[in-house]
Amino acid sequence: MVATLERVDAVRSAPAGGRSRSRARHRLTVLAFLAPAILGFALFFGYPLVATVWFSFTKYDLINPPEWVGWENYAYMFSDKLFRVAVYNTLWFVVVLTVARVVFALGVASVIARLKSGVGLVRTLCYLPSLAPPVAATLVFFLVMRPNEGPLDSLLGWFGIEGPLWFADPVWAKPGIAAVMLWVSGDLMIIILAAVLDVPQEQYEAASLDGAGPVRRWWHVTLPTISPVLAFGVVNSIILALQLFTQAVVAGSAASGSADVTGSTKVLGFPENSTLTFPVWLYTQGFRYFDMGYAAAMATVLFVISFAATALLVWRMRRASHQEEGG
Amino acid sequence: MTTVARRPRDRRRVLDWVAVHSLGLALGLMFALPIVFVFLTAVMSDSQAFTEDLWPREWHWGNFLEVFEQAPLLTYLGNSLLYSGLATAGMLVSSIPAAYALAKLRWRGRNAVFMLVVGAMMLPPQVVAVPLYDTWSGLGLTGTLWPLIVPYFLFDAFSIFLLRQFILTIPQSYVDAARVDGCTEFQALARIVVPMARPGIAATALFCFLYTWNDYFGPLLYTSEKPDQWTLSLALASFKGMHHVQWNLAMAVTLLIMLPAVVLFAFAQRSFVRGITFTGVKG
Repeated sequence: MVATLERVDAVRSAPAGGRSRSRARHRLTVLAFLAPAILGFALFFGYPLVATVWFSFTKYDLINPPEWVGWENYAYMFSDKLFRVAVYNTLWFVVVLTVARVVFALGVASVIARLKSGVGLVRTLCYLPSLAPPVAATLVFFLVMRPNEGPLDSLLGWFGIEGPLWFADPVWAKPGIAAVMLWVSGDLMIIILAAVLDVPQEQYEAASLDGAGPVRRWWHVTLPTISPVLAFGVVNSIILALQLFTQAVVAGSAASGSADVTGSTKVLGFPENSTLTFPVWLYTQGFRYFDMGYAAAMATVLFVISFAATALLVWRMRRASHQEEGG
Repeated sequence: MTTVARRPRDRRRVLDWVAVHSLGLALGLMFALPIVFVFLTAVMSDSQAFTEDLWPREWHWGNFLEVFEQAPLLTYLGNSLLYSGLATAGMLVSSIPAAYALAKLRWRGRNAVFMLVVGAMMLPPQVVAVPLYDTWSGLGLTGTLWPLIVPYFLFDAFSIFLLRQFILTIPQSYVDAARVDGCTEFQALARIVVPMARPGIAATALFCFLYTWNDYFGPLLYTSEKPDQWTLSLALASFKGMHHVQWNLAMAVTLLIMLPAVVLFAFAQRSFVRGITFTGVKG
């Protein structure tokens, strides 16, 4: 239904001659409708993408003119210890968030789909947090998971467990951020829920006649039918994890106790660089140390990786749209 | 109940109902509880907010007013409204015609251009940050919100994508009929498509407003050294630092900044749900 990319070639019949003037006018109309978008794409995506690659071969501090240094910035990545830490942290989020978000959203959606009363209320409660500003959502969890007197520690206290330092503990800072990301995954839940509710009822009935219980119906009917949406969830989560920035900065600076956005660079990545994601390190290099060339080199690496993920999604969409046409 | 639960099969059905609904209730609570804690902390006294108490001994509603004295929240609010308001307005002007061209006009290369839009939508904002900052800095516009607002008047990939998905659901026959009646493409867009796509346009505007309202990276990049240009999101991140002993006030600000989303959602729940479903790229 959505994202149908109709093939235009088949429809276009173009007798030459008398109609060429109207065709020219049609082309002009299309151009007029798209003019702002074309200009905007060229200025804010086309140019900066090319320029990023060019800057990545230079040394540039925003004041003195860029100086060509060849592959130096890329070579430096191999000796930059924090670069390796940043890659590890972002990979951690790519793996953990992708699995956790899709499984969690699927689980919640499957429960909501089976509710017979209170659907609206539960759906609203699950979805609302995803509208919260990332800064606010992170601070919410910072309060809930604050060491010793926080509600989570109180809860654990009833079971005789003493909580760790959470966001101030290098082991627990990343899982804490992942918890924030799950709390705000309501949009993915709604998408999956819509897909689950779209599964044709006859398929369930047929499975029931074959003697399948609720669990087997879910496994053999629901899952295969909604697998395209789950694939979208995977790609969406990878992209989200690759650009994870705000939650990491806010959690790190709040836990360090000095959340001054303009101030020292030491707080980013707190504790012990465990929240230093790839974009955070890119930002630090470019806009705190003003090493624009190195930041551009990191941006180029980020571009290549996210391009691969996007290409995967686009390829899937194209294939799906061709299948829809029976092609 | 006794009559229903008599046969084993019915009893299993009742058990199933109870299990599913207690799970649903637990999930709802799990999502709501963090906000409840935040609210209860926000109305505590300064000293109690420091303790492990969950319930306020006295209700300090004044905290919500006191935060306005502690920080220039109205300035931040003004900046946030400027950014979100202008960006949304600009997005509507630039994205509706582009989405129409992608959904209802026939031309060579349309699919390729749509793929470019999808690609731009997926691009992490950090990838293009260096050259853009360089350009805006050359124009002397860093330290203002204009580098964030101006692009919306030309191109916003997500909005074009979402609007296209909505406009595609309008039957082609309506547009064709308008053309047969002698409408120009612009008239067909203004008189037929825009009125029919109103729910989709509303949803897109809502998402655009909230995205910019929630944005942290953009304002941080361009205005972090100009506190009088800060948006609420940016200010909130530093509020905890400036007043890090006052949990109650930090949480009061956190609640205030979430308010617009809750209010918008209360009024336009269906738009949200429809819009979200449309981003799911089914198929």
